[in-house]
Amino acid sequence: MLDAAGVHARLRDRFGEAIGPLTGSGRDAWQRVDAAQIALVCRFAKDDPALAFDCLSCLSGVDWPKREVIEVVYHLYSYRLRHWGVLKVETPRDAPGVPTVSGVWPAAEWPEREVFDLFGVVFDGHPDLRRLLMPEDWPGHPLRKDFVEPEEYHGISTSRASLLRP
Amino acid sequence: MSLLNTAPEMAITTRVDDLLNWTRKSSVWYMMFGLACCAIEMMQTGGPRADLERFGMAPRATPRVSDVLIVSGTLTLKMALRTKVLYDQMPAPKYVVSMGSCANCGGLFQLAYSVCDGVDKVIPVDVYVPGCPPRPEALTEGLVKLQAKIQRERWLVRAPETA
Repeated sequence: MLDAAGVHARLRDRFGEAIGPLTGSGRDAWQRVDAAQIALVCRFAKDDPALAFDCLSCLSGVDWPKREVIEVVYHLYSYRLRHWGVLKVETPRDAPGVPTVSGVWPAAEWPEREVFDLFGVVFDGHPDLRRLLMPEDWPGHPLRKDFVEPEEYHGISTSRASLLRP
Repeated sequence: MSLLNTAPEMAITTRVDDLLNWTRKSSVWYMMFGLACCAIEMMQTGGPRADLERFGMAPRATPRVSDVLIVSGTLTLKMALRTKVLYDQMPAPKYVVSMGSCANCGGLFQLAYSVCDGVDKVIPVDVYVPGCPPRPEALTEGLVKLQAKIQRERWLVRAPETA
């Protein structure tokens, strides 16, 4: 079992500058990973006996409009060694693209589809990158902070006079 | 035994409309169509405690033989288009019960980007049942109200007089 510093040191030894400094404290301490290397880092994190991250606990996205980036966050857990690790990658907001990790953990397939659907991040190498929640012909990506709700969808107005909407 | 002699005692008179409507309202089949938490209450309504079957209502798994569509739960825009398709597949005469705040007006989620604010934007609604979610008693009352509406319908109308 490793603590966050141990996980970070192990990744740093293997990938050097592709791994950023350890930030934060406790279980949620995280490290930035070079976006181009994320699939390799994840493969190593799963296969390395000292890390043995056999579970992708969570894959999520964060939009940062001021910094012009979208973050993809990977929460990893090792059932065998019972330790956690958090990786983050940044990708430009105007052309977001990150290598898929669905080849490492098949469980990543649907979360990646969800991040693609709601943030527009294209996961290179994903076997089936379609929208997961929204309709196929939905305009835009709703969890981006500058998303504007369409006035209507297939003739269905999206507004209604109500107490909540003065 | 002569049936002729007893026939006058058995006779009941009614209007054809009333008889037709009485048979129709006594076998209203609802479609198994659950969208969200309201669907749990709808299942409870169909269960032995609230027992919708005492009103002649049975769940059907296909729109082709259903009489009433109970829209039970939050209707997303994606589902709204599919709901329209299901409604179009039901044979007329058909009825729609909007169950719960979400189906009525979008409810708690009406400001969400993905939610259709009320099923009446897509298909015509006969009975609105308020509540979040409505108790089985409330849905039962809504369906009894629907039965009352069916009983009042007029099918045989005199042709308009021509000049």
